[in-house]
Amino acid sequence: MGKTLFDKVWDSHVVSTIQDGPQILYIDTHLIHEVTSPQAFNELEDRGIPVLRPEQIVATADHNTPTQNQDQPITDELSRKQLEQLSENCKKNNIILYALGHKYNGIVHVMAPELGVTQPGKTMVCGDSHTSTHGAFGAIAFGIGTSQVAQVFASQCLLLTKPKSLRVTVNGSLKNSVLPKDIILYIISKLGTNSGTGYFCEYAGNVFEDMSMEGRMTVCNMSIEMGARGGMIAPDQTTFDYVEGREFAPKGEVFENKVAYWKTLPTDKDAQFDKEYYFEAEDIEPMLTYGTNPGMGIKISEFIPEVSDASFEKSLKYMNFKKGESLINKRINFVFIGSCTNSRIEDFRVAANYIKGKQKAHNVTAWLVPGSKRVEAQIIEEGLKSIFEDAGFELRQPGCSACLAMNDDKIPQGEYCVSTSNRNFEGRQGQGARTILASPLVAAVTAVEGKIIDITKQLN
Amino acid sequence: MEKFITFQSRAIPLQIENVDTDQIIPARFLKATDRKGFGDNVFRDWRYHKDGSANSDFVFNNSKYTGSILVAGDNFGCGSSREHAAWAITDFGFKVVVSSFFADIFKGNALNNGLLPVQVSDSFLKALLTQIQSHPETVLEVNLENQTISANDLGLSAHFDIDPYKKSCMINGYDDIDYLVNNIKLIEAFEAQKIN
Repeated sequence: MGKTLFDKVWDSHVVSTIQDGPQILYIDTHLIHEVTSPQAFNELEDRGIPVLRPEQIVATADHNTPTQNQDQPITDELSRKQLEQLSENCKKNNIILYALGHKYNGIVHVMAPELGVTQPGKTMVCGDSHTSTHGAFGAIAFGIGTSQVAQVFASQCLLLTKPKSLRVTVNGSLKNSVLPKDIILYIISKLGTNSGTGYFCEYAGNVFEDMSMEGRMTVCNMSIEMGARGGMIAPDQTTFDYVEGREFAPKGEVFENKVAYWKTLPTDKDAQFDKEYYFEAEDIEPMLTYGTNPGMGIKISEFIPEVSDASFEKSLKYMNFKKGESLINKRINFVFIGSCTNSRIEDFRVAANYIKGKQKAHNVTAWLVPGSKRVEAQIIEEGLKSIFEDAGFELRQPGCSACLAMNDDKIPQGEYCVSTSNRNFEGRQGQGARTILASPLVAAVTAVEGKIIDITKQLN
Repeated sequence: MEKFITFQSRAIPLQIENVDTDQIIPARFLKATDRKGFGDNVFRDWRYHKDGSANSDFVFNNSKYTGSILVAGDNFGCGSSREHAAWAITDFGFKVVVSSFFADIFKGNALNNGLLPVQVSDSFLKALLTQIQSHPETVLEVNLENQTISANDLGLSAHFDIDPYKKSCMINGYDDIDYLVNNIKLIEAFEAQKIN
């Protein structure tokens, strides 16, 4: 029987199998950041265990960094200490760190692909659930807890039971104004937030084949929101072209040899999946979420469903929405374009293309937060910054920012925020804040209108 | 890691589905660089109003309920991979979380911190929640050796599954680092022959 893409990468990284137990899986690349690594470094130090392969670790500061005045000392004492600790730990253990202000700094899931650290066929982990992003390259990439960060430090391996396999296929032609974010929000709204738990998901079909690497990253990024530990897309010419020439990508003959190997990775025709789902591209429309988990999504023109269930009702109460209601014409005072889901250059091009020549609505505070220093530089180079600023938008410096509101970028109590991030959990963007997840296009339109409008009517 | 064999306690019913780790420990408390003290802020925004006063509607603030077993709704621990969620729950004093479904990363984090995730059927969870809500004094017994959870006098009892390796880790107080570090030679041999 044939093998899946996931099987091929997984099986080639198994060091050994414990009888009736998990496998030792070798990890090629370990990404770390300031929030989930300090306790792991402490643990190793307490136990007197060295970091086994520091050269296979890449560190960045992203979760807890300010998005303004990054050249100034950080005012929040706890945040400053956490970042200082990361610098000290990296220095002590010979780990490469792209600290705040470095030209390679950025959100871990934006900067690593940009630098060519992310490559097909690799196993990659990070103490962050959105590590699934890197699966866009045909890598096995997944989020881990801090105890596991310590395990990888100590052994470059993890003890894991091989997940089951799931494939989501989307074929057909996408409607105008439907972006990769809408596709993944649509899939999660259909499958629910735990349909993928225990599985690794492969996305297949012409919709993903035709997608850019940026779009594929947006899709794989949100795999965890349906419970899947990771998502993957078969590497192809689009992937190889993206990787080639980047700082940490293999060069010359080594690259050619790698490509030859990467071409063997796609799922065999006769491979079997444990679970399969099929969707038609024509059924997908721009999406919005109305509740407090990413599965609570509707097409922009649809009405909030009428479900009788205590958790559902608790969620609507938090959002101050009613069953059967439409979100069209809801006044929105905050818009956030950023996060590891949608802070790449294509996302800002989409937003700028719509915003050009228009003005932000007076009631709206709109934060644009690039995913990395490189994206920030591209925004300036391509002239997008002046488009945004002329329209009244604020371009900030890179970081996770209002996606999780660990820094000062918090949405006030009770306010709605149309956000390109990945989670609409209670309080995710600030205590009492109400998040509506959407694509960068829907976010840009909302910022200009000051309310949600049915973009399918305006743009088609 | 502390050894876990059998455990008896009253339980706190948290009848909410899809409890995500942002609720268990909000991001603004993740600035600490050690593992201790997160229990003070476990379920912070459900336990307290924004002005700092206790939210009497939240089950943790209901004096009827106490104990070291948390019984929660379906899909517990979804969302962020933050292990701080498992640290917060254990630091608050829980030893066991019962649900009909756990998110993968949370489940792994719990097991790595001596917090036992007990997965039961929907119907058993429902019966358990009803029992605790009507009789908060109910004592539950969790037996890891036999993989059972029960309120014996009442005939409420269920078997739960656990990975045999993880079970032996919990019972013996081992963790994965011990195992992996003991296998470094094997790992180095793998590295030496690895082509891609």
